[in-house]
Amino acid sequence: MNKDEYQKLVDQLTPKEKKGKHLFWAFLVGGLMGVLAEAIVVILMECFAVARTDAYQYACLLIILFACFLTALGFFDNWVSKAKAGLILPTTGFAHAIISAGLDYKKDGLITGIGSNFFKLSGSVILYGIVSAFLFSVLGVIIYG
Amino acid sequence: MASFKFTDVYIKDAFSIAGPLESEGQIHKYDLTIDDYYYGEKSLMDAEIKMQRVVLDNLFRRNKLNDKDHLLIGGDLSNQLTVTNFSAKNFNVPFFGVYNACATFLESMILASHFVESKKIKNATIITSSHNLNAERQFRFPIEYGAPKPNTTTFTATGAVGAVLSNVKSSIKVESATVGRVLDYEQKDASQMGAVMTPAAADVFITHLADLKRDAHYYDAILTGDLGSIGAKIFEEYLNVNYDIHLSHYMDAGCEIYAKSQDVYSGASGPVTLPLVLFNKILKCGKYKKILVIATGSLHSKDTTNQKKTIPSIAHAVSLEVME
Repeated sequence: MNKDEYQKLVDQLTPKEKKGKHLFWAFLVGGLMGVLAEAIVVILMECFAVARTDAYQYACLLIILFACFLTALGFFDNWVSKAKAGLILPTTGFAHAIISAGLDYKKDGLITGIGSNFFKLSGSVILYGIVSAFLFSVLGVIIYG
Repeated sequence: MASFKFTDVYIKDAFSIAGPLESEGQIHKYDLTIDDYYYGEKSLMDAEIKMQRVVLDNLFRRNKLNDKDHLLIGGDLSNQLTVTNFSAKNFNVPFFGVYNACATFLESMILASHFVESKKIKNATIITSSHNLNAERQFRFPIEYGAPKPNTTTFTATGAVGAVLSNVKSSIKVESATVGRVLDYEQKDASQMGAVMTPAAADVFITHLADLKRDAHYYDAILTGDLGSIGAKIFEEYLNVNYDIHLSHYMDAGCEIYAKSQDVYSGASGPVTLPLVLFNKILKCGKYKKILVIATGSLHSKDTTNQKKTIPSIAHAVSLEVME
């Protein structure tokens, strides 16, 4: 059996991922995160008389805090691995990536451990976020003047 | 010829420690179980070192082994074999650190068997361990990061197993062994190690049978290392298609540790998987007399995976005979 034939055998015996199920959970959990954020916004506006634009910022910060706290408590990773994109795409995913990397390297020292590895997983998001923001700004200026 | 027959090598004693999830699985006969991944230590690395230390302490004490006529061979998954090196420093015993990923235990056993067979030493102790969270950290993502994983992933088992090989006759004989070759079937997916390791497992199996002029039915039980449930199917089908061999008493150690209700994707992996099942299920149940054990190792690192390199694999085979 050559390597191509072997690859065919492997593909044939590898069960397919249940994409529909993953999609459903991601949609449901991601949607619930949206509902939760909106609820925070409404509470801030109604009870604390915060302006809507400010309330969005606070809601975002609270959601990040919530993801960091649950990651530090040690069970948020189980939720993320189940809900997949539902919790990775919102800011919860970004916060989770940073805190989990930070926790992993706390024994390796403040500089060589936490400092060097804090953005290990999320560094790509920051780097390519900045690069794409720059490119789209340039495009925006070219198109809209 | 890659196969060797031994006349005077016996497994005198063995000791196993299993982790929290493993002890809730299918096997309940481990010598010691731990319910905390930290095992009372400050770091996970220290926990794995302590597991090895406890195994070696027990084996050395029970068998009254000292540094005379004695050799320690072992390895684990950690970079630079940190765990085994740091546990070996506690014992004043000549030591070899070896690495063949999840085939490390049989690699150690084959090397130790040669030393014992040569009669230059009386006893050789072999040791291996793995720790789910140490492996996650080294090969995959930070421990607390919930990366979604495909179903083909295997779950690194937590535990440590050691065994003492001796030329004094006992009930388990190391009868023969075959040293495997490193094969690369251009598999790139480190989350499907069963597919990576199957060609190496089949190659050493066929070489073993050919060298020793046996057929597959010579053995009462054939136990592969940690191919996992999907890998085991690929292994059976691969032998079926290429060599027309239909295995009848075949088990994969990766499928024997965890219970079905435990969420461990396609089963257990890690160097400790095979010896945990071998010593605590296969040899303790007393059903099998001639056992062929094939340990499989996927020889990748995080760097080679990131660089999208194909993954080489290795497998070694050892034939054990249970005597009356």
